Amino acid sequence: MERDTLHRLLRDMLLSRAFEERAAEEYSKGNIVGFLHLYPGEEAVGAGIINAAEPSDYIVSTYREHAHALIRGTPARKVMAELLGRASGMSGGMGGSMHLFDSKRRFMGGYAIVGESCPIALGIAYAVAMRGLSEAVICFFGDGAVNQGTFHETLNMAGLWRLPLLFVCENNHYAIGTEIHRHSAVVEVFKRAAAYNIPAEQVDGMDVQKVFEAARRALDRIHDGGGPQFIECKTYRWGGHSMADPGTYRPAVEVKAYKAWDPISAAIREVEFRYPTQAELAEVGPDNIGHLTAHMVEAGHLAEAEIEKLKKEVQAVVEDAAQFALQSPQPTMEAAWAHMNCNRHHEVLI
Amino acid sequence: MSEELLYWQALNRALDAELAADASVFTLGEDVGLYGGSYRVTEGLYAKYGEWRVRDTPISEGSFTGLGVGAALAGLRPVVEIMTINFMLLALDSIINGAAKIPFMSGGQFSMPLVVRVPGGVAHQLGAQHSQRLEHTIMNVPGLRIAVPSTPQDAYWQLRQAIVSDEPIILLEHEMLYFSKGQVDVLAEAPPIHRAVVRREGHDLTIVSYSRHAILSQNAADELSKEGIEAEVIDLRSLKPIDWDTCATSVEKTHRVLVVEEDCRFAGAGAEIAATLAERCFDSLDAPVQRLAGLDMSTPFNGVLEAATIPQVPDIVAAARELCRPTQGNKAATKSTPSLKPTSPGQATAGVTQAAPAAPKTAPSETAPVPKAAAAAAGKGAPAPAAKPAAGPAKGQRR
Repeated sequence: MERDTLHRLLRDMLLSRAFEERAAEEYSKGNIVGFLHLYPGEEAVGAGIINAAEPSDYIVSTYREHAHALIRGTPARKVMAELLGRASGMSGGMGGSMHLFDSKRRFMGGYAIVGESCPIALGIAYAVAMRGLSEAVICFFGDGAVNQGTFHETLNMAGLWRLPLLFVCENNHYAIGTEIHRHSAVVEVFKRAAAYNIPAEQVDGMDVQKVFEAARRALDRIHDGGGPQFIECKTYRWGGHSMADPGTYRPAVEVKAYKAWDPISAAIREVEFRYPTQAELAEVGPDNIGHLTAHMVEAGHLAEAEIEKLKKEVQAVVEDAAQFALQSPQPTMEAAWAHMNCNRHHEVLI
Repeated sequence: MSEELLYWQALNRALDAELAADASVFTLGEDVGLYGGSYRVTEGLYAKYGEWRVRDTPISEGSFTGLGVGAALAGLRPVVEIMTINFMLLALDSIINGAAKIPFMSGGQFSMPLVVRVPGGVAHQLGAQHSQRLEHTIMNVPGLRIAVPSTPQDAYWQLRQAIVSDEPIILLEHEMLYFSKGQVDVLAEAPPIHRAVVRREGHDLTIVSYSRHAILSQNAADELSKEGIEAEVIDLRSLKPIDWDTCATSVEKTHRVLVVEEDCRFAGAGAEIAATLAERCFDSLDAPVQRLAGLDMSTPFNGVLEAATIPQVPDIVAAARELCRPTQGNKAATKSTPSLKPTSPGQATAGVTQAAPAAPKTAPSETAPVPKAAAAAAGKGAPAPAAKPAAGPAKGQRR
């Protein structure tokens, strides 16, 4: 893989991590309220998939989508301001953490009903196909969504009409608080796509290179008229479901094992948390530390100085975003009404 | 230039016109394509526009309605047909969490030119799962708009207006109206989609209704006229927003309001209409606003019982008559609610110009039990020719 691509991927992952850590901090201070679903642990998925997409492709996401928007290119300022509910936020303070929209970047929204992103992506893909364009629609969802009816209905219609739709399952192994073996009869999510005649593969969602390459292959097929594709990314979220969830239902050893798998920390050979002991790792099976990251450093793509530079750079971006958000004005009720009636222009109304 | 069309034909013309006028318009739903639509509304369009613009879908209401939402986000103008409003319950996530909220929660970044066409209402013995109205379910959702055409002309106008609109609009079409006839002038200038219309002028009371019951109310007004009671009949044409000005102007003239709806009484559309008119027109009212509505009961399969669960023309006549009785009537009105009276099968659709809908009609058996609903007004001496006072299903209605 090209050095530039690797650096872009790593920068996006670092930015996502730093942004979410700052978001958690602002939440703790009370500057962000409501639900806040954080992405740490899953950065390789968003970075790999979205970097493989064309600007003309569409993205439909979930409520854990801050990083998706950042990676797509929405300025961190606008994302953070939305998390704080400010007028300068990307959704004008009307959406919040779970409802980020950026129409210019074809970021078609974060949706907070599990499984809801599927039919919306289906409709966008239908529009693309009806117009005969060579564009793709990327639909993110988690392993929790695959047991919703909308998931199956959408796969059926996408398969039936060969729509240009890339399904991306961010399988973090938890449907809110229920582990996948306790919520799914078939835990290998990608196998479900076979029922709808959709080519599918499972990739290591902790390895950004593998995610990127899989996404490139799938998107190439879609752009060439190959119909829908499905990628299951096996990943893990470091934290609970949201800031309101400490995630204590998860065995500590499991969390540790996955953290040891962290693509970022492995990439830069820095481990900010304790690795599990040999004994702990033995309990959860073979350790998988460092596919990507060993490669990056060993191949000479990264030097210590660059790592520090990148880290400082994203920290500065996040700091600027937080200050911007904190200083941004609150939206007015007039603005809320204007958004409510934003499409009332075609007709003479009462 | 007007011609006589059936309600479904008017909808078909409207859809055809918009499909021809704008390449971003498409329609989808169960059996809308090759089959031509359950109520023939999409007849001939599949052959004319092809499968991408007239799309037969699997039976997946939740997701094909969501498909419409997504397509609208991408700039198309989808017209989703849900076979009956009862199935719309499966699509409420797409409608309420999606269509109604996305333009708002994106901070105004997206338009939502989505039309959802849904047949509904009590038809001919379709059973409890195919006889609901459910307008209250969507009326309460900010961001949605609801049109309720009662005539072929309105069906034509309002469908075309809905497709052109950038806001999500639910078109509630009554199953008993698809084969009703009316003059349609496709060149005539349409009133605004949410403007109510005074169907009949009068000075003794205002009957506010919508959809099929706006027509039944006109028939009732003709009956009342024979007794010397001149009712003004307002067809709302829209349930969200509601044209309060047209209603208030009428109430200021008549001083009495009877709201007639087919849907269940409790927390229904009529409750909103009555409450708002009571607030707004309090000084003009000579009597409390009265509601005549469907029973708070699942629709029975039995034809006679089914007919007794919704207001019929004689019920509207009786309620209006009671409301117009001087003084005594007012007292009665404060103490009781005009309740439904049983009608014979022959009266169930009395005076309504309509042919049988596509749904199979089974004539109620002559020996079917006839419910004897309690007539609330009967004990107060109101003439209620069709009803005998008796304890019956309607008793609990007043609780």
